[in-house]
Amino acid sequence: MEFLSNVINGISLGSIYAIIALGYTMVYGIAKMLNFAHGDVIMVGAYVCFFMTSRYDMPVVVGILLSMFVCTVLGIVIERLAYKPLRQATSLAVLITAIGMSYFLQNAAQLLWTSNPKVFKSVVGDGGIQIAEGLYVSHVTLVTIAVCVIIMIGLTIFTGKTKMGKAMRACSEDKGAAQLMGINVNTTISITFAIGSALAAIAGVLLCSAYPNLVPTTGSMPGIKAFTAAVFGGIGSIPGALIGGVLLGIIEIFAKAYISTEISDAIVFAVLIVVLLVKPTGLLGKKISEKV
Amino acid sequence: MKKMKKVVCLGLISAMMLSAFAGCGKKDSGSDVIRIGGTGPLTGDASVYGQAAKRGAEIAVEEINALGGLQFELNYQDDTHDTEKAVNAYNVLKDWDVQISLGSVTTNPCIATAAETYADRIFALTPSASSTDVTKGKDNMFQMCFADPNQGSASAQYINDKQLGTKIAIIYKNDDAYSTGIYETFMDKAAALGINVVSTTTFNTDSQNDFSVQLNDAKNAGADLVFLPMYYQAAALILDQAKKMNYAPKFFGVDGMDGILTLEGFDTTLAEGVMLLTPFSADATDEKTVNFVTKYQEKHNEIPNQFAADAYDCVYAIYEACKKGEVTADMSAEEICDIMIAQFTTMSFDGLTGAGMTWGTNGEVTKAPKGMVIQNGVYVGLD
Repeated sequence: MEFLSNVINGISLGSIYAIIALGYTMVYGIAKMLNFAHGDVIMVGAYVCFFMTSRYDMPVVVGILLSMFVCTVLGIVIERLAYKPLRQATSLAVLITAIGMSYFLQNAAQLLWTSNPKVFKSVVGDGGIQIAEGLYVSHVTLVTIAVCVIIMIGLTIFTGKTKMGKAMRACSEDKGAAQLMGINVNTTISITFAIGSALAAIAGVLLCSAYPNLVPTTGSMPGIKAFTAAVFGGIGSIPGALIGGVLLGIIEIFAKAYISTEISDAIVFAVLIVVLLVKPTGLLGKKISEKV
Repeated sequence: MKKMKKVVCLGLISAMMLSAFAGCGKKDSGSDVIRIGGTGPLTGDASVYGQAAKRGAEIAVEEINALGGLQFELNYQDDTHDTEKAVNAYNVLKDWDVQISLGSVTTNPCIATAAETYADRIFALTPSASSTDVTKGKDNMFQMCFADPNQGSASAQYINDKQLGTKIAIIYKNDDAYSTGIYETFMDKAAALGINVVSTTTFNTDSQNDFSVQLNDAKNAGADLVFLPMYYQAAALILDQAKKMNYAPKFFGVDGMDGILTLEGFDTTLAEGVMLLTPFSADATDEKTVNFVTKYQEKHNEIPNQFAADAYDCVYAIYEACKKGEVTADMSAEEICDIMIAQFTTMSFDGLTGAGMTWGTNGEVTKAPKGMVIQNGVYVGLD
């Protein structure tokens, strides 16, 4: 019974990682850049939803939609101002810019909303389902998993079937050739960021519903863990993000429960290293052989 | 073009020089006031403590200045609970010619600034940095709050004396000096008293969201009291998650728990019945406390916590010592330092956070802790 309860706790934690990892992997898969500011866009999304629902007593739906809207705009602005001018620069330069953007967002949030912690009111209520004695699944977990699966299916269909999705895949394979074929690369990448940021808003709301401590650094640590999950599952792969996230959560909880709470993070990352040694592209990552 | 660059460079250099000199202008801000400075997290995760301490100290300074006689000027600098920023903040205070220091509000920054005040021979009295590492080996560093060992052993003693629990679980933060310090002394005392500790688990800064494993461990071990030596943000998540898993032991906190009730959006019913050891109770009815609480509420529209009271006491203790030691504003920081050390190790002080407080030469305070319990969203004395 204790084992099952640990599995459920692992899935709860992992589903949160998964939903953040989806945004990471989507942006990486198409724009081929690591958007380290993703975790902080999540934080902005959570704050917007917090102010709408707790301070101005608006319905939850309005709060979520508005935070998605704000994050989408923010994502596009960040991309235009910080990343677009570096389109031709080395990937290292873009990476550093993304880290800078992450700090900028954290500090701006601290100025705007102060650093006093806020307790986020769960958007799906506090309850849960008691499966058996000692086995308890909260509504937040169920909703998070459902949302993860919906987003995963939605993204897969979108990138596979729609015209815009095809353009995105084309850009991801070869920007130059895509441009020659008449695809507007800049618009396509902007749209990728818009979608990634809207997903971040949803992730932020769910993250804070599960763990209701909202501060300007709320997004940074889950963001890094989610990035790990995305690498674990195979960065760029949409189903990989889901599987990587859930597995990472389960490993983390198991390491805490059965080995030691003190070195659980070390164990999580050790597992990651082993996986990457055996399968360098992650669990579901595709190996692309480059022709010379 | 090259010339242009040179001109710009020269311009920038002169601007830098100007701003460097500009700092010196502040020094002659009157010699009839004693300059007291401190650092604390005025922003950042721990800002509740820094703000409270600053506000408490401000009220004390206003009251003292209104009395005439000795005049104080207070300067609080932000350290965001970061050691590096704390040293920078302290350097700003030194440029301002600080004469007496209030140290830093939180433990890790205070360890850093204590080394500086020791080297510079500036007397320091921290309201709330409770680790023994703060005072260790420094003759001019004093504490207004309990030192961590005292908190840990006092908690164990209290739990044992009042028979609050038979099986105890502990969750502590193992990358935090404050939390581990209390944990260690609690365990020592618990072993001496024969308290049955059934579960010990940890978390750290990177994993302070999910406590399901820790709480499950305590629950499966049958713990009826969970000891939480930590700051209130993590404690708030623990209380929330314990409720979600239908686990309702008694929770027992230390002074870091103070502040949980003023957390924005926090459901105070979660904290119902939570006990903590703290030296200050805002609902006490003595004249001093009532006066302080009313003033604080008028100004800031909230009930002061223990940190505010500690800082208030700090300023008054310094005032008493200055009066007795005949400190004047034109003395150097070093002269004041020697007088203050002599005064603090011999005097007895009555404040909001205890009567008849005394200090040992190691800088630690001796006063009696009060057990408090949260009922209907307010602190009520346990005794």
